[in-house]
Amino acid sequence: MLTLCIESSCDETAAAVIRDGRNILSNIVASQVDVHARYGGVVPELASRKHVEAVSVVINAALEEAGVSLSEIEGIGVTRGPGLIGALLVGISTAKAMAWALDIPLVAVHHMEGHILAPFLEDPPEFPFLALAVSGGHTHLYRVDGIGHYRIIGQTLDDAAGEAYDKVAKLLGLGYPGGALIDKLAGQGRPDAIVFPRPMLHRPNFDFSFSGIKTAALQYVEKVDKEIDDQHRADIAASFQEAMVEVLTLKTLRAATQEGLERIVVAGGVACNSGLRRRFQELAGKQGGRIYFPSPSLCGDNAAMLGVPANYYLEHGQHADTKLNAISSWPLDMVGVI
Amino acid sequence: MTLQAWETTTCSATETRELGRIFGRLAEAGLVVLLSGQLGAGKTCFAQGVGDGLGVAPSSPVTSPSYTLLNIHQGRFPLYHFDLYRLAQVDDLADLGYDEYAEGEGLTLVEWADRMSGSLISSLEVAIESLGGDRRRLHFTARDDRGGELLGQLVRKWTAVDISS
Repeated sequence: MLTLCIESSCDETAAAVIRDGRNILSNIVASQVDVHARYGGVVPELASRKHVEAVSVVINAALEEAGVSLSEIEGIGVTRGPGLIGALLVGISTAKAMAWALDIPLVAVHHMEGHILAPFLEDPPEFPFLALAVSGGHTHLYRVDGIGHYRIIGQTLDDAAGEAYDKVAKLLGLGYPGGALIDKLAGQGRPDAIVFPRPMLHRPNFDFSFSGIKTAALQYVEKVDKEIDDQHRADIAASFQEAMVEVLTLKTLRAATQEGLERIVVAGGVACNSGLRRRFQELAGKQGGRIYFPSPSLCGDNAAMLGVPANYYLEHGQHADTKLNAISSWPLDMVGVI
Repeated sequence: MTLQAWETTTCSATETRELGRIFGRLAEAGLVVLLSGQLGAGKTCFAQGVGDGLGVAPSSPVTSPSYTLLNIHQGRFPLYHFDLYRLAQVDDLADLGYDEYAEGEGLTLVEWADRMSGSLISSLEVAIESLGGDRRRLHFTARDDRGGELLGQLVRKWTAVDISS
């Protein structure tokens, strides 16, 4: 089945054409990274207005790159939530109008469900598995028993991991995107130079807290009264990264053990972090499990990732109608319930 | 008793959250509260307490909205938790539907409100200042009668807590 997917839940407007929930024919993201860089990480013109301008452009580009015409599309998948209502509605209204005009079915997809199922476009894991979804806005652990069957095992109680990365990057005077720059700089520093806290690491549950690491980095930088030179900055980056990676990997692996799961999917923007990938591979090797990372183009927000659940819901007749509305707060375990 | 301004010092994140919790228990629907303070000051920490006081379920933890820009939680009435950290201009706020939320039947909490200083109408402003370590100074300023009333109640409750502990 040929599916057109549309994503507009936060900063990115994206469209993709996917065949059979497996093959990516196109994956277009109207990335605003260049614009971000100019404003030091601030979004100058955001959400709905930007999505309105971009949505038809990315859809046309996705069809063109896939080499298919609109009449060949057999179903449409769209992000229903969670996210900003105004932003989500741009994608949803477009998807509804197209599905109605083309007389093809429409299905609603959860944004995080797209992220954690992204590996099915490359190297499909078997169910069940544990998923760590980690990005600027999310840090969640899910047990995944099948498409549409998710259970929340743990989540951040304050900052998302990607947010802590970006805020510490700003503190160190690095540019945007902060996470990638800290990751790069960390390679030149000593991870044991400064001991930052590991919040929640020894708690028996699987919730995270990253606000404390961020504040500790701030307090450290404030206490250094001389100019921070390049080596010192690299040491701070490496030590911060060490604390983040240790908490993320150890808690995830412990959750996998408790749930009796051998396969772990790490998805979302922070899944691009090289230090995180390396540590997960090392530790999983020792534990005898297997880790699945999507390619970088499928880690950040994109529409291709929606193709996996969209195709499944289309095949199973779980269609949405023209009354489909956006949901701003939508826990993943409520998929299929609300 | 209404109060125009009040300041207090908290010695830990737990105490800042507790102050927020009492605030959340007293808060009424339709209020707009602006939070300011630098990185790591404890704005989200205070907001977590407010959520708790409003009766937001622990399964919907009050987390930082820096990336998501707006998180909505359901308590006694809705909590609209905005964060302007990534915004550059007032137009962006309108684009998020801010006015509809702020004029609605919930409690609107706005982090990094100082990024849009002067352009937001509120009942109360809370500025959090780090005194080093875990100590924080919280400066409350009422901007209208409802804010003044709430601040008066907050001070009474908080002082009572201080005495009993």
